[in-house]
Amino acid sequence: MAFAGGADDDTLIINGEIEMISKTAAPAHLDDVFDEIVSGWHFRTDETQALEIDDFDNPAMLFVDQAIDAYDVVEGEAGESCASCHEGVENFAGLATAMPKVDADGKLVVMEDLINECRTERMQADEWKWSGNDMQSMAALISLQSRGMPMDVAIDGDAAPYWEQGKEMYYTRYGQLELSCANCHEQNYGNYIRADHLSQGQTNGFPTYRLKQAKLISKHNRFRGCIRDTRAETFAEGSDEFRALELYVASRGNGLSVETPAVRQ
Amino acid sequence: MKITMIALAAVMAAGAAQADDVAPGDVQFDEYGAVAASLSGTDGDPANGIKIMTSRAKGNCIACHEVTALQDTPFHGEVGPVLDGIGDYRSAEELRGIVANAKMTFEGSVMPAFYKTSGFIRPGNAYTGKAAKEEELTPILSAQEIEDVVAYLLTLKES
Ligand code: HEC
Ligand code: HEC
Ligand code: HEC
Repeated sequence: MAFAGGADDDTLIINGEIEMISKTAAPAHLDDVFDEIVSGWHFRTDETQALEIDDFDNPAMLFVDQAIDAYDVVEGEAGESCASCHEGVENFAGLATAMPKVDADGKLVVMEDLINECRTERMQADEWKWSGNDMQSMAALISLQSRGMPMDVAIDGDAAPYWEQGKEMYYTRYGQLELSCANCHEQNYGNYIRADHLSQGQTNGFPTYRLKQAKLISKHNRFRGCIRDTRAETFAEGSDEFRALELYVASRGNGLSVETPAVRQ
Repeated sequence: MKITMIALAAVMAAGAAQADDVAPGDVQFDEYGAVAASLSGTDGDPANGIKIMTSRAKGNCIACHEVTALQDTPFHGEVGPVLDGIGDYRSAEELRGIVANAKMTFEGSVMPAFYKTSGFIRPGNAYTGKAAKEEELTPILSAQEIEDVVAYLLTLKES
C-alpha cells in the first residue's frame, strides 16, 4: 500500500528533440535544504507524463493555438495587435526564465502584469482576468518561447526585499492546519499525502494544464489552492504577496528548464 | 424529511461541545505532551474513531498515516509514521495528547492540532479560502471525537 519512491528516473525529452533539464543541482541559496531540484513532471504517473512529451498529445497546445491567433488580433482604441509592435512571438525567447523581475519603477512584476500593461496602456483595450483563458493562454505562448532554457530569476539587488518577503511566506505555517509550503514541498516531497504524490512544488512548467480542471492554471491559482487546503484565508490572485511568493518559488527552480506548458494531474 | 432533520440534529450534537468537555484552552499537557484526563468524561467509541480517521471532513488521519487495518478506505499517505501496533507502545494519555495537539509531543511537527481553537496565522473559514468568521475557531475534532480516535488507536495491537 505504501508507494514510497520520490522522483522517478525517466528522462524528459519533448517532441523527441528538446532535452529538458528536469533535475539539476540546487541553486546556492538552497544549499542547506536540497542537493537536487526536480521538476514536478517526475512525480506524475506515466500516463500524465506521456501527455507532456509530445505537443500533439499535450492538451495545453489547444490554448496555445488560441493565443497564437489572439496575438495577431487588433483590439482596443489604439488599433494595435501584439504582433504590430512585437512582430514574431519568438522575440520573447528568454523572457520567462527571468520572471518575475523588478521593473524600471522598482516594482516586482510577473508575466500577467506585462501582458496587461500592454493591453491597457499600449492597446487601450480591456485588461484580461488573471486566471482567465485569454491571459493564461498568452502567458503560456510567451513562456513556450523559452522552453528548454534554464530558469534564472534575479534574487539580489532590487529584487532582494521581495525575495525575502516570499521566502518568509514559504516558511509560514498558515491556517488551522498550520502547514507551510515547506512542510509539504520541502520536507515531504516524494511522499504521498492521501492520493497526491507530493512534488517540490516547482513553477517552471506554468501556466500548467491541469487535467482535474481541464484548463491552463496560473501560478497564483495554484498557490491559492494550496493555501486554502490548510484551512487558511488565502491571498488574492494578482496580490503583491503572491508576486513575492512567485519570485521566491521561481528562484527555488533556478536551473530547471522552462517546461511550459506542463501537464499535471 | 422529518427523519433527515432528526439525523442531522444527531450529527450536529455529536460534533458540538458538551457541557463537561475540557475546553481546548484548558487541556493540561504534561511535560512530554501527554494528557491524563479524558476530554469528554465519556469512554471513546472505537467504531466512530474509524469513521473520523478515514473521513476527509474529520480527522483525515490516513491522508498522512498508513493503517493496515483501514485498508478498505483507499489512499493512505506517507507523511507520518505507519500507525500499525501503536496501541502496543503508546498509552491512552500519550495518544490523547498527540491527537489533541501533536506539537506538544513532537516540537514543530507537521501534524495538525485537532483540539486547538486560536493562535493561527490567517485562519480560514474551513476550506473556503475565506477568512474565519469567529475569533475562536471550532476545533477540527470535538472532545468526544478525540476520545473515539484514541479508543480506536488503542485497538491497533500487533502482539
Ligand atoms: C503599441 C505597442 C504595443 C502593443 C500593441 C503591445 N505591446 Fe507589448 N510592449 C510594448 C513595449 C513598448 C514594451 C516595453 C518594451 C521593453 O520594456 O523592453 C512591451 C513589453 C511587453 C512585454 C515585456 C517584455 C520584456 O522584455 O519585459 C511583454 C511580455 C509584452 N509586451 C507582450 C505583449 C502582448 C502579449 C501584447 C498583446 C496582447 C502586446 N505586448 C501588445 C509595446 C506593445
Ligand atoms: C497540505 C500540503 C500542501 C501545502 C501546505 C502546499 N502544497 Fe503545493 N501542492 C500540494 C499538492 C498535493 C500538490 C499536487 C502534487 C504536487 O505537484 O506536489 C501541490 C502542487 C503545487 C504546485 C504545482 C507543482 C507542479 O509541478 O505543477 C506548486 C507550484 C505548489 N504546490 C506550490 C505551493 C506553495 C507555494 C505553497 C505554500 C504557499 C504550497 N504549495 C503549499 C500540497 C501542498
Ligand atoms: C498532515 C499530516 C498528518 C495528519 C493529517 C495526521 N498526522 Fe499524525 N503524525 C504526523 C507526523 C509527521 C507524525 C510524526 C511526529 C513528528 O515527528 O512530527 C505523526 C505522529 C502521529 C502519532 C505518533 C506516532 C508514534 O509512533 O508515536 C500518532 C498516534 C498520530 N500521528 C495519529 C494521528 C491521528 C489519529 C490523526 C488524525 C486525527 C493524525 N495523526 C493526523 C502527521 C500527520
